Amino acid sequence: MRVRVPEEGPHRATYMRVEHRLLALAFGGIPLAMAQTNNSVENMFKPVSTPAQHIVDVSILVLAICAVIFLIVGGLLAYTLVRYRRRSVTDEHEPAQVYGSNQIEIAWTVLPIIVVLVLTMATARVISAIQNRANPADALQVTVVGHQWWWEFRYPGLGIVTANELHVPASTATIQKLTFLKLQSADVAHSFWVPRLAGKTDVIPGRVNTMWLEPKQTGTYLGNCAEYCGTQHANMLLRVIVHTPEEFEQWAAQQKTAAVVDPQVQNGRALFLSLSCVNCHTVSGTTAAGTFGPDLSHLMGRETLASGAIPNGVTNLRSWIQDPQAIKPGNLMPNMQLNDKELDQVVAYLGSLK
Amino acid sequence: MATADYPLEQPHRATKEFSLPSVLHEWIVTVDHKKLGIMYIVASLFFFVVAGLMAAVMRAQLAIPNNTLVPPEVFNRLFTMHGTSMVFLVGMPFLAGLANYLVPLMIGARDMAFPRLNAFGFWIFLFGGCLLYFSYIAGEGLAGHGSAPDVGWFAYSPLTERAFSRGSSTDYWTLSILVAGIGSLASAINVIATVFTMRAKGMTLLRMPLFVWLLLVVSGMILIVMPPLSAAQIMLLLDRYLGAHFFDTQAGGSAVLWQHFFWIFGHPEVYVLILPGFACASEIIPVFSRKPMFGRAAMIGATVSIAFLSLGVWAHHMFAVGMSARSNMFFAASTMMVGVPTGIKIFNWLGTMYGGKIRFDTPMLWCIGFLFQFLIAGLTGVMLAVAPFDWQLTDSYFVVAHFHYVLLGGLLFTYFGAIYYWFPKATGRMLSEKLGKWHFWLLVIGFHLTFDTLHFPGLLGMPRRIYTYPTGRGWDTLNLVASIGVVFQAAAILCFVWNIVQALRKGKEAGDDPWDAWTLEWATTSPPPEYNFVTIPEIRSSRPLWDRKHPEDPDWKYE
Repeated sequence: MRVRVPEEGPHRATYMRVEHRLLALAFGGIPLAMAQTNNSVENMFKPVSTPAQHIVDVSILVLAICAVIFLIVGGLLAYTLVRYRRRSVTDEHEPAQVYGSNQIEIAWTVLPIIVVLVLTMATARVISAIQNRANPADALQVTVVGHQWWWEFRYPGLGIVTANELHVPASTATIQKLTFLKLQSADVAHSFWVPRLAGKTDVIPGRVNTMWLEPKQTGTYLGNCAEYCGTQHANMLLRVIVHTPEEFEQWAAQQKTAAVVDPQVQNGRALFLSLSCVNCHTVSGTTAAGTFGPDLSHLMGRETLASGAIPNGVTNLRSWIQDPQAIKPGNLMPNMQLNDKELDQVVAYLGSLK
Repeated sequence: MATADYPLEQPHRATKEFSLPSVLHEWIVTVDHKKLGIMYIVASLFFFVVAGLMAAVMRAQLAIPNNTLVPPEVFNRLFTMHGTSMVFLVGMPFLAGLANYLVPLMIGARDMAFPRLNAFGFWIFLFGGCLLYFSYIAGEGLAGHGSAPDVGWFAYSPLTERAFSRGSSTDYWTLSILVAGIGSLASAINVIATVFTMRAKGMTLLRMPLFVWLLLVVSGMILIVMPPLSAAQIMLLLDRYLGAHFFDTQAGGSAVLWQHFFWIFGHPEVYVLILPGFACASEIIPVFSRKPMFGRAAMIGATVSIAFLSLGVWAHHMFAVGMSARSNMFFAASTMMVGVPTGIKIFNWLGTMYGGKIRFDTPMLWCIGFLFQFLIAGLTGVMLAVAPFDWQLTDSYFVVAHFHYVLLGGLLFTYFGAIYYWFPKATGRMLSEKLGKWHFWLLVIGFHLTFDTLHFPGLLGMPRRIYTYPTGRGWDTLNLVASIGVVFQAAAILCFVWNIVQALRKGKEAGDDPWDAWTLEWATTSPPPEYNFVTIPEIRSSRPLWDRKHPEDPDWKYE
């Protein structure tokens, strides 16, 4: 179920005094009324993509086997406890002393070995189905680069660079649309995890990992960085937006265009390009060509800011630029110390980057 | 009463005065295995309470979404210190304490083989523990960054390299683990030497109590697995201070290499931690079922095979790092194979209870809790061994729930059982059964509220080690329930502490053998004299006290 929560006004300072925090906790309040992004429950048992489906298939088998073992052993344990409890405190008579039985030992060694063999074969089959999948020429190729604490998505075949929200096409009954991800890291180890699309694969510096998706249902699927990567690991969120193939073509075409040049925000544009923002951020068609931070060429086309920390919108964008550390403490974007007028201009410019 | 007709093994009453300095002096200079054992256990329980309080703060932070009780950097230090403490400053010293206290008593020896090495091991471990916590004060370092380490207890590179971890917090982590590791090695060498050279006459290896067998295996494992960890720590120090590039990915080092080193230590370490729990259960369950251990030889064989297999499963912590399909299949299969000897153990404990007359005294209650919970922990372990399932579960709250099931629901429960079982031996006083039952049931309720619940956010995509989470992902209620469980767990620990205080002040006299047990430690007084036994008994079976109590039907006739 998806519930859209309306975007909220400017944020209050994130960190309150200790006693306020304790009070807030005591009353169960949420101290920071941070506007919620459009979230949903991402149950791994409701897969919408082929690799996630493979995983669920083998998981059900494992769960069933484990449930049977639990019922048998747990039942035996419960039975033994009830049946062989000492019935009277005064009963000092020792029970028959039994030292063991080789036949029984062999039985409860061989039976588990058989279970292990079955599970191993089922596991090997699924490992092979997922890991040995060939990368066909017509698959969409995306390079995912993990950064402290955001995601960069590059589509080398399409000439698109974007951040934090991965757009991919869905397979339909007639056309198979696979997406192969090449995972790289710019700094420390991260992990790419979108439970309804696939299992996680680590994103490790100095190494190229691959994984693939084959979404079969359009929609937005959420994920997280799943390997601890430093202070803001918690706010390194992921969104995968699955389009119909036609919608995906439209999205790609739009992303390929150069950033909007709107004469109405000319002052903001000039100010932005004069600031050190350009050392980290890229806006296509301008001198801003930094690569440490997310590409801003089509910033306003994204649903969220700060890698999913807050919903995207002009008000939140303003709060973010005003003091990024208040919203995502420890992140690598500095407070640029802009005054109100400068803020308005920069936000107006960035707000035009559809 | 002028007669001197004391039983032979009455300890000599200390005649010296009990002033604080003299008591302190006695404990600080002691090389007595029993005093050192108690010191290990007390230090371990102290760190347990500290690390437990850290967990409570983390659960308070995670009770509600978007909470700001603690800022992210504080939270990251909390889980790093909690994990590091629980493994290196709670689990390891507790097992060293148990081994020290019990192994010589159980094999009829007067002390450990190397008493001074033993004292050295304790003090160097304590120094390591203090060094780790000293980072909170001095971790600022020259660069003015950080306080306690915040890289997680397995400290994946390159997050630990200077580019990402400035200041000295990571160095405190590295050095304290190196130093505490020396203590573990010392204690392991000592156990091995003691078991091989100091057994009483007639105590063949096969007649040794299972407890001693398991601790012997654990000590052997420690000798094998600590060196890779120490080597990795030294490489990390070289990276940080001398510009080596073992794990420095920015200079071509390998991040995955650290993971291999760490888990070659880290997975066998899990068995190093849990086998002493099995050891306690293997002593307690037979006594309270009034039957000998079912399939003793199979138990020993299973232990040794767990030790062997555990050396070949480490990369199941790394299914998601992008190993080849073949490696993933190998490690999935080897990991599942560990389930076989572990299953044999559970079945043998069951076989021991079956046909017995089970007494539900507190030590046994803890073992029953252990059996149920460890069964579940083992089954979730099988799920994690299935590599594709693991691709979803690893690094999620499911894993957090799984290993807390192993270490809290499994290990901690047996350790509480062990404390209730051997406390009378060590102090001469009984712990209260009534408070013990409060302690047990409160912990059962708290444990299940917290850790049953925590499996589910993992299935719903909640990664571990996040200091906050948004609402709307289905995690809110589950996290709140898990946090409420902590209240019960804390109450349980209070009952435990109160029980110990009360027992020491006015506990019932225990007598030599309060549980009607069968191993040698119950043949001497409670507490035992410094020299343990006046005359070293001669052993003819694995249950020497059974033979003494039942001369008409001794074990040695059957073994």
